[in-house]
Amino acid sequence: MSGVHVIAIVAAVATIAVIVELSRRRQLREKYALIWLLIGLVMAVFAVSPGLFNHLAHSMGVKNPPDLLTVVASLFLLVVCVQFSWEFGRMEDKARLLAEEVALLRNQVDALRRDAEGELGQAREGSPPSVGSRPPS
Amino acid sequence: MAPGDQDMLINEDVLVVIPAYNEALSVAAVIHEVHLAAPRAAILVVDDASTDTTAAVARAAGAEVVTNVFNLGVGGAMRVGFRYALAGRFRALVQVDGDGQHDANDLPRLVAALDDKPEPAVVIGARFAGEGDYSVPRMRRWAMRLLARYLSGVAHMKLTDVTSGFRAHNRAAIELFARTYPADYLADTVESLVIAVESGGVISQVPVAMRTRLSGTPSQNARRAAMYLARVALMLLIAVFRHRAPRPAGESA
Repeated sequence: MSGVHVIAIVAAVATIAVIVELSRRRQLREKYALIWLLIGLVMAVFAVSPGLFNHLAHSMGVKNPPDLLTVVASLFLLVVCVQFSWEFGRMEDKARLLAEEVALLRNQVDALRRDAEGELGQAREGSPPSVGSRPPS
Repeated sequence: MAPGDQDMLINEDVLVVIPAYNEALSVAAVIHEVHLAAPRAAILVVDDASTDTTAAVARAAGAEVVTNVFNLGVGGAMRVGFRYALAGRFRALVQVDGDGQHDANDLPRLVAALDDKPEPAVVIGARFAGEGDYSVPRMRRWAMRLLARYLSGVAHMKLTDVTSGFRAHNRAAIELFARTYPADYLADTVESLVIAVESGGVISQVPVAMRTRLSGTPSQNARRAAMYLARVALMLLIAVFRHRAPRPAGESA
């Protein structure tokens, strides 16, 4: 067994271990844990028996098996990046929506507080009404 | 409300929204001007997380103020304004920039050009339509022309200034934009018009005079102008594909 295979096996086991540990601590959502766990397992299978991977590459007509690994890995990472961009966009939209809602709610709380204080003031001596604006009814 | 009397057209049910980011030097003057031009209108300043005293100055000048938690850009600030108007049952919403480049005396004409039809209506205060002297760098002007031409086609109406931030919206447009107003840079002015048209709305324009800003720095250097042109081109490209694709129903805001 060459050094490369040892590295591959260690990497696969480490990947699986990290994913399992993160899921155990509830730091990783299931949907992500599942995909990375699958990747880790596939890595482990090919790391343990490199012949299987070479066979797969040759059966697909790839002369140099590492090429297949490079292409598949690049495509997979590309898909992951696009998926993340999409997810970030959605999260940003939601954060914006929440920020807008908080701003409006804060304004309403302030308006209610002013009304309450105004009523208190009026009960005491009568206070001037606000000008130029009105709170949403 | 007496028909023909322009001052009377601006009633308590008209909300003037001033999106403001670090406009402490000019926002009070804008509020006073709007108040003079439309004494009965409600004035809302959406302070887009300014780092200066914009909110305090605006409140002292008599406006209602909503302060954003963090900077959302003009689009995000306007969506706050639309949602405020929606809850407040306002009949019309007029957007006026906080830097003082819009002449509040044009307000009644903008609102008068609105109709209360059930379809969304947007009236743009257009800066290149003859009145006033307003100049922009060449590259930016190209981008604006490109946009204007594209949107004139979409709206079936000759529009000369689609990036103007001086606009009036009727109740139907308020309801539409409270949900769908785009928050992306540039999209707020241009994309919003596309959304209005796609929802069966009507867009028109009224020529307005434009003044130099009371405060703030206009984005007028060559690199930014080039970036602007590039973003406009990209946006148009996306818009073309979007029009060919079937519209997704109930797209989230």
